[in-house]
Amino acid sequence: MSQDPNAKVGVDSSEIGANAAETGERDLSHRDTDVVDDHETVHAPLDFHELAEQGHAATELDLEAEPIITVDNLKMYFPVKSSGLVRRTVGHVQAVDGVSFEVPRGGSLGLVGESGCGKSTTGRLITRLYKPTGGSMMFDGKDLAKLSSSQMRPLRRDVQMIFQDPYTSLNPRHTVGQIVGSPLAVHNIVPKNKILPRVQELLEVVGLNPEHYNRYPNEFSGGQRQRIGIARALTLNPRLLVADEPVSALDVSIQAQVVNLLQDLQREFDIAFLFIAHDLAVVRHFCPEVAVMYLGKIVEIGDRDTIYGHAHHPYTQALLSAVPDVKQAAVGGRRERIRLEGDVPSPINPPSGCRFRTRCQFAQEICAKVEPPLLQIGKRHKVACHFAGELGSHPATPVTTDLLAVDDQGTPVPGATPTNEQLTIPGYEKTWYDLKSRQTTGV
Amino acid sequence: MTITSPSSAPSPTDVDGPYLQVEDLTVSFPTEDGPVQAVKGLSYSVELGKTLGIVGESGSGKSVSSMAVMGLHDEKSSDITGSIRVGGTEIVGLPDSRMRKLRGNSMAMIFQDALAALHPFYRVGDQLAEAYTMHHPKASKRDGRRKAIEMLDRVGIPQPDRRVDDFAHQFSGGMRQRVMIAMGLINDPSLLIADEPTTALDVTVQAQILDLLQDLQREFNSAVIIITHDLGVIAEMADEVLVMYAGRCVEFGTTKEILTSPEMPYSWGLLSSIPEVGASTDARLIPIPGNPPSLLKPPSGCSFHPRCAHRDKVPGDLCFTELPGLTPASNRAGHLKRCHLSNPQEIYRTEVLPEIAPDLVEETR
Amino acid sequence: MFAYVVKRLLSGVVVLFLISLSVFLLFWYGPSEPAQTICDNDTSNRCTPARLEVFRENLGFNNPWYEEYGTFMKGVVAGREIQFGSTTKFDCPAPCLGYSYRTKAPVFEEMKTRMPATFSVAIGGAFLYLTLGVPIGVAAARRRGTVADKALVSSFLVVSSIPYYLFALLTWLFLTISWEIPFFSETGYFPITENPAKWFAGMALAWFALGAFGCTTYTRYSRGSMVEVLNEDYIRTAKAKGLRDNTVVYKHALRSALVPVITIFGIEFGTLLAGTIFTERIFNIDGIGLWALQAVNQRDLPVVAATAIFGAAVLIISNIVVDVIYSVLDPRVRLS
Repeated sequence: MSQDPNAKVGVDSSEIGANAAETGERDLSHRDTDVVDDHETVHAPLDFHELAEQGHAATELDLEAEPIITVDNLKMYFPVKSSGLVRRTVGHVQAVDGVSFEVPRGGSLGLVGESGCGKSTTGRLITRLYKPTGGSMMFDGKDLAKLSSSQMRPLRRDVQMIFQDPYTSLNPRHTVGQIVGSPLAVHNIVPKNKILPRVQELLEVVGLNPEHYNRYPNEFSGGQRQRIGIARALTLNPRLLVADEPVSALDVSIQAQVVNLLQDLQREFDIAFLFIAHDLAVVRHFCPEVAVMYLGKIVEIGDRDTIYGHAHHPYTQALLSAVPDVKQAAVGGRRERIRLEGDVPSPINPPSGCRFRTRCQFAQEICAKVEPPLLQIGKRHKVACHFAGELGSHPATPVTTDLLAVDDQGTPVPGATPTNEQLTIPGYEKTWYDLKSRQTTGV
Repeated sequence: MTITSPSSAPSPTDVDGPYLQVEDLTVSFPTEDGPVQAVKGLSYSVELGKTLGIVGESGSGKSVSSMAVMGLHDEKSSDITGSIRVGGTEIVGLPDSRMRKLRGNSMAMIFQDALAALHPFYRVGDQLAEAYTMHHPKASKRDGRRKAIEMLDRVGIPQPDRRVDDFAHQFSGGMRQRVMIAMGLINDPSLLIADEPTTALDVTVQAQILDLLQDLQREFNSAVIIITHDLGVIAEMADEVLVMYAGRCVEFGTTKEILTSPEMPYSWGLLSSIPEVGASTDARLIPIPGNPPSLLKPPSGCSFHPRCAHRDKVPGDLCFTELPGLTPASNRAGHLKRCHLSNPQEIYRTEVLPEIAPDLVEETR
Repeated sequence: MFAYVVKRLLSGVVVLFLISLSVFLLFWYGPSEPAQTICDNDTSNRCTPARLEVFRENLGFNNPWYEEYGTFMKGVVAGREIQFGSTTKFDCPAPCLGYSYRTKAPVFEEMKTRMPATFSVAIGGAFLYLTLGVPIGVAAARRRGTVADKALVSSFLVVSSIPYYLFALLTWLFLTISWEIPFFSETGYFPITENPAKWFAGMALAWFALGAFGCTTYTRYSRGSMVEVLNEDYIRTAKAKGLRDNTVVYKHALRSALVPVITIFGIEFGTLLAGTIFTERIFNIDGIGLWALQAVNQRDLPVVAATAIFGAAVLIISNIVVDVIYSVLDPRVRLS
């Protein structure tokens, strides 16, 4: 973190835990307002049982919920221009390449993956910060991908975003009141004199002191700033919130506060979340359903227990095995890990067929020839792999051959037709392909 | 690998006891508003071949104390008292000319953000070679370059002879961190301090880096300190754990003790506020209320009391008035905790554990 | 890189067109009578409307401006003939920048004789303020917060708050007039090829004024940049490697700190090369700045146009050079 170049002390103020009020950046000679007071400390129940009651267990899956947004085959290609006098487009960064999923009303879908997988780009596409190159995003009967900017504007009230870095995502020259209240002014929702009460209401909802609306962001700690960002996102009563790494920049104990807050808000206001993060543990806690992305594609999607307990895709398995485990302390030493060789390939020139094949221990010829479709193999489980199977029991021959009408090496079988054409609908079907019996079964 | 340490650096073999011994370390910074005590009365030790994990958040003093060990604080703007002995040599008060011979040589530090921590304008090979030739004055430029390529290879960077001439921004995050590790280890240090070495990295890359650190520790038999807030990393890498809060040690013990039977409410708070990939879905995420403490005006008595959910279990207002000393826990004399509670392990087992890990309650009985 | 430079040069040429065009339009549609100067000079201030009309006709002011602009452009490329009065016709070889209305001498030739003066001032002054300013700034940065640093910063701030022309005048007043230091007695430009010693002595005061004044600015830039760089993580790494303090400051920190300073310098130096009016006027140096000033005062169109184009060209080139240098200094920057 950069420091004030005129600081007399070569010490980062966050390192010593001081906030702006203490380092003298703002003159706070008001004795009547306690500057360092935090809403939490003043009213925090200091009884463990009460505290525990306020804490939440992992969010449960609501099977009845209808989807609030249906994303179908979403694509985002960024052009790569050549250098030189004339700038021609020489290729595309295939950041998001055909992604389909649904987010249930009032529920959450987690989007996990490593750097460069396209999860952040997907989040930005949902909020239309970028215009997709292809695909559709159906929200309330309208396709967000095809709307013009002016048609999009009223819908922006329904879809909002929370950003990762609380230090750079708030305009330092605006007061908290301006930050939280400006969406109201922009969309002309309430008359001017009603803006302040609404701002104060929102500040209270996120656990901040409503009297602090005249303060500037630099007077708050990281966790408090993230709450301001959340309050701003809530201003227009959105129905879908895209949270892009909302807690990774925060201290560990503050992360839990913010996660709890988001769970509270979700319950109270029935907000759906697209929760984008690389921290698999936080995602597991918050999201009953999770999608795993790799190089612009979803490789596996399903409910929490299936993904974390019965992952079928080699990448998901490698990812889960790499997460350090506190229980290991009881056993001592390090767990057996699946080691991935090599680096993530470039999204400008992704590998043919299955994108993960260059690092996958099960890759065979078919993987280079035919891209595995995102196939539904369980009630709420889809996986994109020719050799999908639980850890330790991956099949020796590909399981997708019948469906795609190809042979074991991936060459198309003449005369045969693919048996299941609808392999990539955004939601779940009532029937699916059972891997063990190699037949379509279902409810 | 030959160890060619200049004569002024202590050789690992002629040290009795732990390689690093910190006793009653206090670091304060004089500011306009008064002295800020970032570290207060900290004591710990690390032996060769062992790993100490330091856990803490903003304001805990974890980074400040390690920078003090390396002598990286500006003399003019910091006040350091106490004792830090590295390989028998007392660091506190050591003149910078002698300190420099140790820094980067027998003790090294690697930092969190490798992109910011490597010079953007110099090639990484040059930066590595510089670290080597600084402490091996008889080495030529060719020697330095050769050593740089050797280290890059050792830390697993492919095509090291080509990449030695690349700049920091041309590496991916994980590769950059390996370069930093290479730079830290190029002089076979006996003490390595890693400050949040994997926090900014993807989880698979993190696993590779941790593997690398373990391999290298085994090979060089160095004492390692890992500073992190990730309890999973602590679980897999550390032999002993030091929990810091508001500049003090609040609990110290083996990794198993700290993570399975901690006896201090802050440690409980950490365990309950960090979600686990393998935890039961009924486990609650219970945050620690409030904010990290101000070091300018620290709370009276026990620094954690404003945020402690168990202070009503201590009779009177002891928590408000008296700073608890570091006393042995119930299971072992070496397991220390700083708390006034008289029956912490019972409280942990009966109150805390059922909430945060209902599936484990049977196991610890 | 090559493509980038070419692109910038092309756009630079466009800028030069626009500038020369603006100057032209200023004269054609401006408040004063463009032919007045030459009429006055030629008739020893007994200019009659009839004679004025002759000059206007010959100089082309009765023609539409775009025609004359075309002629001017053609002259730059291929040379042309210029006629003032009814009789004299001058042959103006390419690049023809016209003939001065005041002196009736070819502009291009005069420019060539004045460039060395301006360049001497600029290069000498810049050298001085860089070699003084940067080390002082670095030293101040290393001692930031101390009494010495504060004293330096505040005193330099006071000096830089004085308007430059006043500072230069005071310098001249004290050093030449009041204290009568013999070295500074005779200022002005004496060609270096004839008498280097005299050249040096003639420039000395100008260099001193420019150097001392510029030093305050560059000390500030260097100090600020250095302070920021000293707080960067990679400096902490350098210290952690056990490097000597001087190595950390002069090898690691300075390398980064200089980059913004050099970019500012590149542009300011371009300005200096284009002519420093105050310096030249006060110290009696026959440079381009002074010449331009006189030309504007006397509505000498060809000279004004020429100096404007010259100044623009110098700035464009220095901007391009700075961008290229920046990409060389900072390997992260790639020109596009």
